[in-house]
Amino acid sequence: MHELSVCQALISQVEAVARERGASGVNSVLVRLGPLSGVEAPLLEQAYPLACAGTVAEASRLLIEAAPVRVKCETCGAETEAAPNRLICATCGDYHTRLLSGDEMMLMSVELVI
Amino acid sequence: MCDSCGCNITPGNKKHAYTPVAGTTAVSVLKNLLARNDDQAAHNREHFDSRGILAINLMSSPGSGKTALLEATIDALKHEFRIGVIEGDLETENDAERIRARGVPARQITTGSACHLDAHMVHDALHGFPLDGLDLLFIENVGNLVCPASFDLGQHRNVTLLSVTEGDDKPAKYPVMFRAADAVLLTKSDLLPVLDDFDPARAEGYLRNLASDAPVIRLSARKGMGLEAWLHWLRGELTQQRARLAAGDTARPKVQPDGAALHA
Repeated sequence: MHELSVCQALISQVEAVARERGASGVNSVLVRLGPLSGVEAPLLEQAYPLACAGTVAEASRLLIEAAPVRVKCETCGAETEAAPNRLICATCGDYHTRLLSGDEMMLMSVELVI
Repeated sequence: MCDSCGCNITPGNKKHAYTPVAGTTAVSVLKNLLARNDDQAAHNREHFDSRGILAINLMSSPGSGKTALLEATIDALKHEFRIGVIEGDLETENDAERIRARGVPARQITTGSACHLDAHMVHDALHGFPLDGLDLLFIENVGNLVCPASFDLGQHRNVTLLSVTEGDDKPAKYPVMFRAADAVLLTKSDLLPVLDDFDPARAEGYLRNLASDAPVIRLSARKGMGLEAWLHWLRGELTQQRARLAAGDTARPKVQPDGAALHA
């Protein structure tokens, strides 16, 4: 739903990194996304060329790394994969779990042209 | 989807959109994409904390009874606490007028076509708002079970409403929203006897599947049913928040946009 505003936030971070390093361009931008972030990868990809138009990141490639949904059970200690709407322990079935991964929307790295 | 309708550019974040700028090296960043919103949200939270205010973000589908809940809450608590309300809607002052009619200050944010509030919009609304002396600030988000869950506003707690005229599987369909709830209110529950397809136990089961231990409170704002449990929760949260502030601490809502950083 709000992928363009997320993309604009991403680009302003990329711009800040490029400015800090005195880069003349950006080759690629690597983002890590989990299904529980509330952001959809295909929509982010569609929004990306619009958001980076006219910026130092224009024509850069957006690379998206999918983060799996993983939980750690606070009852039995097992670390297991889970579905986004079923975050229960796959080993003992308890719902007292902590999310290890799956809600990320992180800018991981940027490849700059110096 | 929404990329064509303009819902993503809000009056609050517009100034950050499209900022013009003038061998290769890879730079590791590891920053949340909404870091700027989160910084603004932290600033809003400082405004609340410096005045001892507990800020609560109300989220739900349109029409699930957020404003009716606020009206009933104000009527019940206005002699006990000083309350303020920030209202978010696409258009109209209607909700703020309903709140002001109850005798408490209300500021309406009209988002135009934006489907959620963000921290910048809330900060703008706080300018000139009589925050001093308030105990409770409610932020009624735009009615939407998707986007509001992703934006921290600076609140301390998220409350998500699910009206019993909706499906009891909403927590399974909208996991990002319901996972962010510090409390879930089953509203319009006076209608349960005439609705044979909403099972409160099933709704709670879907919520537990999201690893949520949030309390589930059944109430009807119109009929005054179940309000005492909600008011008890609110009083408890305010007491706990004051104890945290006295200890130099604060609270963040359940939504964990920086969860990835914590996992690393």
